[in-house]
Amino acid sequence: MKAKGLGFYLLLLPFLLWFVLLIVLPHMQMLELSLIKRDYAAGDSVGGYQYQQFFGEPLYWRTLMRTVWMSLLATFITLLVSFPVAFFIAKVAKGKSKRLLLLTCLLPFWVSELVRTYGWMILLRESGVISKGLMALGLTEQPIEFLYNDVSMLIGLVYTSMLFMVVPLVSTLEGLDKSLIEAGYDLGGNGWDVTRSIIVPYAMPGIVSGCIMVFMLCLGNYLTPRLLGGKDSLWFTEQIFTQFITRFNWELGAAFGVILLLVSSFVVALGLKLSGQSFSRTLGR
Amino acid sequence: MLHQLRGPAKSLYQFYMVGFLVFLALPLTIVAIFAFNDSLYPALPWQGFTLDWFIGQTEPKLGILYDDGLLSSIGVSASIACLVTLVSIVLATANAWLFVRFDFPGKNWLYIGLLLPLVIPGVILGVAILVASSSLANSIENTFAWEWEWLRPGFSLVVIGQVAFITTISTLVILARLRKFDFSLEEAALNLGASSWVAFITVVLPFLTPALLGAGVVSFLMSFENFNTTLMLVGSDAPLTIAMYDRLREGSTPVLNAVSLLLMLGSALIALISMLFDNEQKNNT
Repeated sequence: MKAKGLGFYLLLLPFLLWFVLLIVLPHMQMLELSLIKRDYAAGDSVGGYQYQQFFGEPLYWRTLMRTVWMSLLATFITLLVSFPVAFFIAKVAKGKSKRLLLLTCLLPFWVSELVRTYGWMILLRESGVISKGLMALGLTEQPIEFLYNDVSMLIGLVYTSMLFMVVPLVSTLEGLDKSLIEAGYDLGGNGWDVTRSIIVPYAMPGIVSGCIMVFMLCLGNYLTPRLLGGKDSLWFTEQIFTQFITRFNWELGAAFGVILLLVSSFVVALGLKLSGQSFSRTLGR
Repeated sequence: MLHQLRGPAKSLYQFYMVGFLVFLALPLTIVAIFAFNDSLYPALPWQGFTLDWFIGQTEPKLGILYDDGLLSSIGVSASIACLVTLVSIVLATANAWLFVRFDFPGKNWLYIGLLLPLVIPGVILGVAILVASSSLANSIENTFAWEWEWLRPGFSLVVIGQVAFITTISTLVILARLRKFDFSLEEAALNLGASSWVAFITVVLPFLTPALLGAGVVSFLMSFENFNTTLMLVGSDAPLTIAMYDRLREGSTPVLNAVSLLLMLGSALIALISMLFDNEQKNNT
């Protein structure tokens, strides 16, 4: 390591500027704003007024609970769907077909999230491809509306965030020695035993990092619940948007932002704790 | 596992993989196909093949090449993406160098700070930056009576918001490459009389070039397709994703499919080029 000269401080400066001005300070300001109560007669005062409003109005905290619950569900489904795929790519496919498969999995994610969601809208809506296809096959008389419910929203969430599960899973599973799997079978285990006691524990770092990324993406998603979810499927990010842009109640919106940030940090921390992983090792690969 | 599987279990697994690939490709394929439907709605029935959604010159079938609204939003997105890429690559290179070459107190904490944007939902990052820049703009206006327009929602704020999280991702890409660099090469250059700046330009930079290109591609595409952070910071000139979202809510025509198809082709092309670079890099080292 070099002695710390001018160069060190010249490098530290841009990092600190970025970190403080673009990450730390804005979030502090958001926290500060969330604690302000506007009163044009008596003057502004500081307190937990916005947070009282959040807990006092069932619509607000129920939306948050629902957002967290649906995000967890979407994360779990994504894990179930992606695991066999990642295992296939990492351990079964070989050479060219392996690279081709991984590429096929990556490509859709270079396209905007909006386009991916739009595709599902065309497929699932009442006049959409699936509904009309079922009619053409004679399986149904009436067009069916598949859109605007929790299932269509979950499909969209899983589809949108799948890549962030598949990639970390593939990269951890690549390191798994096949002889371990064979040893499991030799010791009399069946496929389920081997998966449960050898493959899954080995893939744990990938599972955790994938789950964290997918959970965060679902929790912070705005497009998918808005476009694919039904009228009742309010998402917490929509509430934040409404407070900020539609109702211009920035104080309450800021409080919602702080709450969402706290909840997401808590879930991430819990996930890391339960699985014994470290933040910088899981995410800073 | 598959080499242990026989008969029905093996076919079932392969069947699952095929199903997964269909699931992956279906929405995008449908979007692409409906770009050529001669109908005012992106839905069945199929009304015949047309190129109007690309080259149509009159309403209601105004093709993308003549749709000034969408074209100018593509221009906005492209200029934002170029600027974001440039700034985030410069910042990321400095960050990567800082974290690989120097040991300093609090390094681990700052590394966690570097990773933080990965677990901040995009909407919240946008809201926080909106709050901070508005309060800065207000206090400047109140104190000095200067109106700093660039701190209000619009082009510059979108760039700032995107730089905040894209810098993290570019840094991770460049860090991964820099960690593999053999620093005795740099020392050799220094021993031969090069200044540390010359050594950096002639020895380190060529080694980093593939990672810089890769990070550039990732930054550009992430900026171009970003929705959540941009949504909160956007002014009167909407980038493409926001413009498309507004059209989608009004009820879309297949011109959106045409834009989407162009987006897919564009990002596939960029991804392909970056992959060619990646292969060259692997062959060279």
